[in-house]
Amino acid sequence: MQTNNQLQASLTKTIRTFINILPIIVGMLMATSLVVTLFPGEISAGLFGHGDIPDAVLGAAIGSIAAGHPLASYLLSGELLSGGVGLIAVTALLVTWVTVGIVQLPAEMLMLGTRFAVYRNFISFCIAIIIALLTVYTLQLLELA
Amino acid sequence: MSKQRRSGLGGWFFLGIVLLGYGLSFLLSPEATADAFAFFRRVMRQVFPVLGIVFLLLFIANLLLTPSTVKRYLGKEAGIKGWIASVVAGVFSMGPIYAWYTALAELQQKGMRTAFVATFLYSRAVKIPLLPLMIYYFGLSYTIVLCLYLIVFSVVNGFLTERLIPHET
Repeated sequence: MQTNNQLQASLTKTIRTFINILPIIVGMLMATSLVVTLFPGEISAGLFGHGDIPDAVLGAAIGSIAAGHPLASYLLSGELLSGGVGLIAVTALLVTWVTVGIVQLPAEMLMLGTRFAVYRNFISFCIAIIIALLTVYTLQLLELA
Repeated sequence: MSKQRRSGLGGWFFLGIVLLGYGLSFLLSPEATADAFAFFRRVMRQVFPVLGIVFLLLFIANLLLTPSTVKRYLGKEAGIKGWIASVVAGVFSMGPIYAWYTALAELQQKGMRTAFVATFLYSRAVKIPLLPLMIYYFGLSYTIVLCLYLIVFSVVNGFLTERLIPHET
């Protein structure tokens, strides 16, 4: 009886989560499709493409400011990658999307302490850039990229 | 509940804005907008089956893991087990970050190490239910390498954060 209730509760929660993220997925896909179709050159040549570290910093900055379900970051990053943006920038964006939260910062400061929130986000930002560089260099070293 | 309802409405609001953008774009450039919509349909067709796997993994995680389960394994004297537990808990944690801030703040007051809190928050970047989608977009090798770095650096993040604010533990 209790197991049935647990199953039902989990299923309800999952369906609710899914219904909540579905418009985000569809919206994100539609938005990126429009941007990639209308401005493919501008994205890759204009904003990015100024070297590994500047690209990583820019990608990390965009991911830090952006808020939303992580699924949206995968979709956006995947489409940016198809649009010609480099893997280092995309990786930095992907990592900071989940690990750095400018939008959530006030809540984090309130709940976990100001110093903790500020230092953690700053360290996370720097680490995201290191991870982006390391990931791509590792793949290149293994000849997998 | 109300927060969840708001975030749900936020998603539909976002979709509405995007549709409005398509409308405006159609007025300015009908051909390019039609191309964008065709591009979207093609991507959606490819992504749709992966969403089924995502749904299944979300269901399993919702069934097996709750903030109270995580709470049991992240005590102050946990040592190496605490590091492992905070990484594992972060990787498998679900739901909005706000819910976890509350749980982590409660744990912090009961003596949870600052390092474990930071490690937990960083390792949340590895999303098990979303891995199929990541593999679909970026490939298996990339996903494995990135996830390994994320796990290793979640510990580094915890260590550094605690070193900078030792007296808050």
